[in-house]
Amino acid sequence: MNTRGLRSQLKDSVPVTGLCPQAGPYGVQDSLRRGFSSVKNELLPSHPLELSEKNFQLNQDKMNFNTLRNIQGLHAPLKLQMEYRAARQIQRLPFLPSSNLALDTLRGTDDSIGFEDILNDPVLSEIMGDPHIMTEYKLGVL
Amino acid sequence: MATVSVRQYHRGGFSFENCKRNALLEADINKLGFSSPAARKTGTTICGVVYKDGVVLGADTRATEGMVVADKNCSKIHYISPNVYCCGAGTAADTEMTTQIISSNLELHSLSTGRLPRVATANRMLKQMLFRYQGYIGAALVLGGVDSTGPQLYSIYPHGSTDKLPYVTMGSGSLAAMAVFEDRYKPNMEEEEAKRLVRDAIAAGIFNDLGSGSNIDLCVITKGKVDYLRPHDVANKKGVREDKINGRPETGNYRYKHGTTGVLTKAVTPLNLEVVEESVQTMDTS
Repeated sequence: MNTRGLRSQLKDSVPVTGLCPQAGPYGVQDSLRRGFSSVKNELLPSHPLELSEKNFQLNQDKMNFNTLRNIQGLHAPLKLQMEYRAARQIQRLPFLPSSNLALDTLRGTDDSIGFEDILNDPVLSEIMGDPHIMTEYKLGVL
Repeated sequence: MATVSVRQYHRGGFSFENCKRNALLEADINKLGFSSPAARKTGTTICGVVYKDGVVLGADTRATEGMVVADKNCSKIHYISPNVYCCGAGTAADTEMTTQIISSNLELHSLSTGRLPRVATANRMLKQMLFRYQGYIGAALVLGGVDSTGPQLYSIYPHGSTDKLPYVTMGSGSLAAMAVFEDRYKPNMEEEEAKRLVRDAIAAGIFNDLGSGSNIDLCVITKGKVDYLRPHDVANKKGVREDKINGRPETGNYRYKHGTTGVLTKAVTPLNLEVVEESVQTMDTS
């Protein structure tokens, strides 16, 4: 695999800690959902839980890896993170949903049910990614 | 289907898209003097007690929506696993969904371990989930059950703190119920005594708290057996006045009994009428 492709994978796998800009689905200001645009609106979260929920999985992983490092040494989280990275690359075409079965099995979420399985199921999502733009982004061309 | 240029695929779970819009709408509505609709709460009395062989859970059956009763006979004792049941107070939808999710997770967990689930597992799962959402999920729960380590009873607060105690009460009528418990609780009671104690505690909540009412549900959990008594006791019967003497309701009845007025004389005069003419007119029903 070429390095540029890998670099874009890396970009994808680190969630942004800031907030999305005011642009809605079509790139225009989404007044109905986000209200009128203002700098304050863009900087502050709309709900106290928004940031913590967005980064929840990442924070859990960080905590677990830290504990593992303290108990077993650096090699343990290193090996696990390598496996995570490999599992995360098993995807379909860039704009199609993937079941992420390998990743779920590694994380242990394959035998638990949470709100992410009940509410806003991606399978029932009414919007899909634009194939050309998603592919370009994935390949690092964009 | 609309296409969108997104960097990451759409994830499931809670979506905070409408929060800003809702905040704006709320501010506007309050300016006009109206109030936004309130979520349906259970405004409840729930309680539990550990007795000699197991656990007795009790709950009332009223669900309120602001100042109006939304459900006269709702079921507040939720199934978690065959040996663990959970009473829920707070926002009705939150308690319902939370207990269902934990029930599913516990089932998967018990299939994976091959053992009967423990009450402490359910408690840990609930407390971790409620803490994750920082109290925004308004579910105050009384969790009770019997497992390999014996009968256990936990109370779980919406922010995620839990207590393991021999008797607990939750909900708006919790103080009334706790007063009954504090007076009459003894360790190692018999089953009938424990059931009577829980029934009286819930009745205290029903009669002294506006948010609780209707019937009393009980759930008796022992090793290997669960008795779900719904309704155990109908504390407030609808449409029946309190005092009924001789089969007639005394209040609101102004008819005098026969013989109140004494009869002095009686004269009967028959009226003889003869039929002069008889004619039938058919009605046009077309």
